[in-house]
Amino acid sequence: MIEFHLETRSGVPTYLQLVQQVRQAVRLGILHRGDQLPTVKEVVEQLTINPNTVLRAYRELDLEGLVEGRRGVGTFIASAQPPVPPNDVKTLRSSLQRWIDRARTAGLDDENMAALFADTLRPPTISRVA
Amino acid sequence: MNESPALEATALGKRYGSNWALRDCTLTVPAGSVTALVGPNGAGKTTLLQLAVGLIEPASGAISVFGHDPRAEPLAVLPRVGFVAQDHPLPRRFTIGETLRLGRKLNPSWDDAVAQRRVDELGLSRRQRVGTLSGGEQAQVALTLALAKRPQLLLLDEPVASLDPLARREFLSGVLRAVTETGMTVVLSSHIVADLERVCDRLVILANGHTQLVGPIEQLLAEHRLLTGPRTDAAAVARVHQVIRESHTERQTTLLVRANGHVYDACWEVHEVDLEEIVLAYLGTTSAAARVEAPAAVAR
Repeated sequence: MIEFHLETRSGVPTYLQLVQQVRQAVRLGILHRGDQLPTVKEVVEQLTINPNTVLRAYRELDLEGLVEGRRGVGTFIASAQPPVPPNDVKTLRSSLQRWIDRARTAGLDDENMAALFADTLRPPTISRVA
Repeated sequence: MNESPALEATALGKRYGSNWALRDCTLTVPAGSVTALVGPNGAGKTTLLQLAVGLIEPASGAISVFGHDPRAEPLAVLPRVGFVAQDHPLPRRFTIGETLRLGRKLNPSWDDAVAQRRVDELGLSRRQRVGTLSGGEQAQVALTLALAKRPQLLLLDEPVASLDPLARREFLSGVLRAVTETGMTVVLSSHIVADLERVCDRLVILANGHTQLVGPIEQLLAEHRLLTGPRTDAAAVARVHQVIRESHTERQTTLLVRANGHVYDACWEVHEVDLEEIVLAYLGTTSAAARVEAPAAVAR
């Protein structure tokens, strides 16, 4: 079982925070196939959030195929995504390191890089035109 | 379930003398939603809730609850609505047991199991007098009376205004539990925005008797952005987007906008905003809302 937490000022919608936490827990091997998620009632009471928000998050995870709801029983992890193979992680890390070196040469500091990365990764609903 | 919205107001207005407490108010509260009604004191929140239960009569426009006019068809409306008035008036000299008995006598649809279970969960003694309870406990007892009616629509007028943060959280938790169990619709008015983002899924901002903004909270968060950039005239942005608030320093301009489409000039830095910033922008930073909680502290 996992316990959800909320970052109220993150700007990430609440339902999405729940979705991301489940995905992350599966990715890290904290949740396995067959494990049960907290019931909607439990999440509502623990976080004092709207039940519709929890339902929305669970529905989204269900559509992804990551969990399956069993009527009257609860919501369970349906498929454990295979973790990213360690060799791939190594290759990705070294190419990222090369990118960081180039960015430093170009005069970007850590904060600039993080902002650029986050911006590219999760384009805001508003994009800018040059 | 009924297909009609839980609450619908069309060009609704209420006037006291020459003063409009509510004017041109149009909004829909879908069944099953939890709607926050936000605005400074005197914005018309209480007036709207009183119109919804037929306590007062509209001066213009119309209001309906589950498709029925609360004044013309009170029997189709009142049994389905739970109403907790501001400062939750309860008979102070009654014990909790007597208060529940009163509720049972007054409400044909009273569910005593719901009432008894809630009192047990709150850890209250039935022999305790209401007047000796803390503010948070009194609010919880008032909520118990409303929930034991098994309402399909629960109206709460400033339920947490006088509560400390812990009592506020506990009260809202009781409301949300009832929503989880029954799927009821909730409209709660508040001048405190904290907690609303997690508790509610829809927002209505009222100011000076007018609705300023109505919509699903998630969508409103996605639409609003804070732009910062070198000092400039807001007119260019205002041609495309709705500029809600602008402020300028000698060198810098800050705009809070409701985006129409998603394109900005590259000179703007774009930031996401939270619900509180959106509410304050619509109420105007100099309005009563920002000062509502301050006077007691300032006076000392």
